[in-house]
Amino acid sequence: MFRFLLRRIAGAALILLIISAVTFFLFYAVPRDPARAFCGKICPPANLALIRHNLGMDDPLFVQYWHWLVGIFAGRDLVQFGACPAPCLGYSFATQETVFSAILDRLPVTVSVTLGAAVVILTFGIGTGMLAAWQQGRPVDKVASASSVIGASLQIYFVGPILVFFIVDSMGLLPRPAYRAFTENPLDWFVHLLIPWVVLAMIFTANYTRMTRSTMVEQLAEDYVRTARAKGMSGPTVFLRFAWRGAMIPIVTIFGVDLATLLGGAIITEQTFTLHGIGELAVRAVQNTDLPMLLGVTLIGAFAIVMLNIVVDVLYAVIDPRVRLA
Amino acid sequence: MTTVTWDREQPASRGPGPFLSVRDLSVRFATEDGVVHAVDRLSFDLEKGTTLGIVGESGSGKSVSNMAILGLHDPAYTTLDGEIWLEDTELLGAGPGTLERLRGDRVAMIFQDPLTSLSPYHTVGRQIAETYRKHRKAGKAEARARAIEMLDRVGIPQARTRVDDYPHQFSGGMRQRVMIAMALVCDPDLLIADEPTTALDVTVQAQILDLLADLQQQFGTSIILITHDLGVVARTAHQVLVMYAGRSIEQGTVQEVLREPRHPYTWGLLGSMPKLRSNVDLPLLPVRGTPPSLLAPPPGCPFHPRCDHPALVGSDVCFTERPELSPAEGHRDACYLTLAQKREIFDGQIKERL
Amino acid sequence: MTETLLELSGLTKHFPVLGGLVFKRQVARVHAVDGIDLTVGAGETLGLVGESGCGKSTTGRLVARLLEPTAGTIRYQGRDITHASRRQLRPVRTDIQMIFQDPYSSLNPRQTVGKIIGGPMELNGIEPSGGLQRRVQELLETVGLNPEHYNRFPHEFSGGQRQRIGVARALALSPKLIVADEPVSALDVSIQAQVVNLLQQLQRDLGIAFLFIAHDLAVVRHFSQRVAVMYLGKIVEIGDRQAIYERPRHPYTHALLSAVPEVELPTDGERRERIRLAGDVPSPIDPPSGCRFRTRCWKAQDKCATEVPPLARIEGNTEGHLTACHFPEEPTVHGRDVVIDPALA
Repeated sequence: MFRFLLRRIAGAALILLIISAVTFFLFYAVPRDPARAFCGKICPPANLALIRHNLGMDDPLFVQYWHWLVGIFAGRDLVQFGACPAPCLGYSFATQETVFSAILDRLPVTVSVTLGAAVVILTFGIGTGMLAAWQQGRPVDKVASASSVIGASLQIYFVGPILVFFIVDSMGLLPRPAYRAFTENPLDWFVHLLIPWVVLAMIFTANYTRMTRSTMVEQLAEDYVRTARAKGMSGPTVFLRFAWRGAMIPIVTIFGVDLATLLGGAIITEQTFTLHGIGELAVRAVQNTDLPMLLGVTLIGAFAIVMLNIVVDVLYAVIDPRVRLA
Repeated sequence: MTTVTWDREQPASRGPGPFLSVRDLSVRFATEDGVVHAVDRLSFDLEKGTTLGIVGESGSGKSVSNMAILGLHDPAYTTLDGEIWLEDTELLGAGPGTLERLRGDRVAMIFQDPLTSLSPYHTVGRQIAETYRKHRKAGKAEARARAIEMLDRVGIPQARTRVDDYPHQFSGGMRQRVMIAMALVCDPDLLIADEPTTALDVTVQAQILDLLADLQQQFGTSIILITHDLGVVARTAHQVLVMYAGRSIEQGTVQEVLREPRHPYTWGLLGSMPKLRSNVDLPLLPVRGTPPSLLAPPPGCPFHPRCDHPALVGSDVCFTERPELSPAEGHRDACYLTLAQKREIFDGQIKERL
Repeated sequence: MTETLLELSGLTKHFPVLGGLVFKRQVARVHAVDGIDLTVGAGETLGLVGESGCGKSTTGRLVARLLEPTAGTIRYQGRDITHASRRQLRPVRTDIQMIFQDPYSSLNPRQTVGKIIGGPMELNGIEPSGGLQRRVQELLETVGLNPEHYNRFPHEFSGGQRQRIGVARALALSPKLIVADEPVSALDVSIQAQVVNLLQQLQRDLGIAFLFIAHDLAVVRHFSQRVAVMYLGKIVEIGDRQAIYERPRHPYTHALLSAVPEVELPTDGERRERIRLAGDVPSPIDPPSGCRFRTRCWKAQDKCATEVPPLARIEGNTEGHLTACHFPEEPTVHGRDVVIDPALA
């Protein structure tokens, strides 16, 4: 197990390195010149050259990359902005704050939105799917399957405002979506984020309902499930202890893949409900060609996805003993 | 029978008879292509402590009929008719609660592929113990001790440590022993073994078959052994039932059926098998054609399209009317040829070629 | 002695087992086939028997050149074809054909039977007199199928018929040697016999040599003039039918034979031996030292762990009957019990 983890972490580090290199070189291939943006409307060539030098832009590209990479671990001194302690992702060209602290500031919002939505997806998606599998072929199954399809065809930016209009404006059941720190008042945090969670979860839940239903139905036809029945295990025991265990594996797999999409969805959700999360940061960085910020956001996103996938792999081993020895 | 007060299903009663008695069992499945007549009016008895070998090719209904005994079919697509009596309990009409208490306790089952038939997610010890805990209301420690005892009894070395291993950590033969240990943990009266050695190597098959016979001697378990291999039947069974297209076409003791087979299909099965001492210069005696579709079984005798002898019967009953098993007792077969004709054909044309 | 068609010497195939941190590297080897020698004469049938993991199927695939051997040589009609290139192999490829176990997966479901059988001929530039279709229809007839079914697809046939299509495909190039890998084990008993009879008839009529690979000892006996018994990648005993089935010397051959469930009920006064081994075949990843059977053998002594017994004609064996054993058994299959399995004691 330890070797397995070690191997996965080494692999993850390699992937992150590749992602950072690719994004770095891609972003610097963008034809817009950040030095010019700094320089202002009337820009003497000498100023421009100085800014370029201060930004380190007159070094060869791979030297710039190397400096940037070293900065993450050792910190660096950027002439234009001053010292940047490790982990240094540079300074935002637009706001002049360090990229890392900007991201750190917004992280709780995005994590809250994503995690909350994930919980909603898994409880409702899997719950409805299991119910449908249990009631296979009966009305409950058909209603669950049909409603999940409707959910899947709705869009965040469409459902979001509608829900806000009805639930917040008309009925006043919930406050207008906003971010409240969990550490200060968990209940406040919860009620303010409930609508974004449900809206973001809606497009995913349907998939999990369908998948849970079909894998459960498949598992229920497995030989070992038949054996469990043949030795007198009760219906619920067979369903929950035997079939469900096998059904979890494909669900965990898809969930690992969906994490990236979920993060993307979180960005749209933040925009829809004007929550000040990493999504907002990313959108603004794109608008301003704020390269350090873009790089930072991309890398943090990649880091999250890669790490969560390691968690998924560990989950595999927990669920399926056959993976443990491989 | 102990009477459980909260049990609302009152088992019907009847007088003394064989330990297990199946009467006119029919199993039909609804499929997209139509109704599959998987089992058609099957009847047999099983005495305590004996082994019945049910032989047939794929699709003959041999597995399906035994799934019905335990109620393991999907009720949404299956229609069952007939009666199955386990001593004084009728099983086809019994409710799910009765069957659930019966399975794994009085009637246990082992399957063909021990790898897929054991849960890959639980240790073998747990899988054996949970059966015992369920039916014997035993505690955790007691059930575990019982699991170790059973593993030891079926010949798994170092049972004390292997009890915590997962099925994939065992070899094929050892896995089937685990299945047997699991099936026998509650000392069942009836063990249904569905192709228990088909997935195993021949030396391991011999070990498992001997083990089953040994355990039967020790505990007096009745066994229904489902197989496609007449050799396995010859080695283990007391009684034989040959199935074709969902019907029983011949039954009797092992000696009767294997030494003096009467039904042309049984001749075909025997003639198809090369033997370790047969004359290699003679070609095998296969059955021509292929088994019928159970969606539309042939009218009359289901074997008639593949049979060489309908002309001898004298009329066209083979093509129009289903032959019943006769005589009513003992060595029986479902064929319109007269006993004398069958003897003559078998002795004259078949016997020397086997 | 007839002309030698195929000669294997020291043939070895090891499959790598991959593992390791970050980068995959070979951590172990599966000793699938470990130095086997055998010959097949023209028109002869050699049976290859053994349990799972003994390497019989790998041997077949090596002979058909579907796998590249790790070591050793394969000679066909005296020519070394072990590492022959595709082009050099061309004439040989048509001479050696293969029939597979699974008639369901070894036929392309999207091709008509005509295409499946005719394909190899087109590929090899063979233009039969009378046209391709005629030849395919002839072949269909030879294997007992209706020649009018030329345009049908594999799924329209039953399992036994599909195996006949596989046989017709193998025959299309008029091979001299057919490697048949468990050709009947996926079929129902009554169908099995039809295919065995067909193969036997072809063998006699067309004089094709067979390497017949099967786990069923009775089928192999029925079909093969000579038989090789394999265990964990090695041939433990080889000889003509009578030597192997009536006068076996290797303890493993004895164990195999006595394990076969026979239909014939024992007659009075005759008792065949009953040998019950303990456990299963060990893993071919780490086979036992010396004699590979020693871990399950009742006659094993210290010598068996240190010295690999050579496959040789031992005292009492007839011509061509070779046994790889330090302490061979008496040449009889009658009259005693050896039960090692603790659960059966």
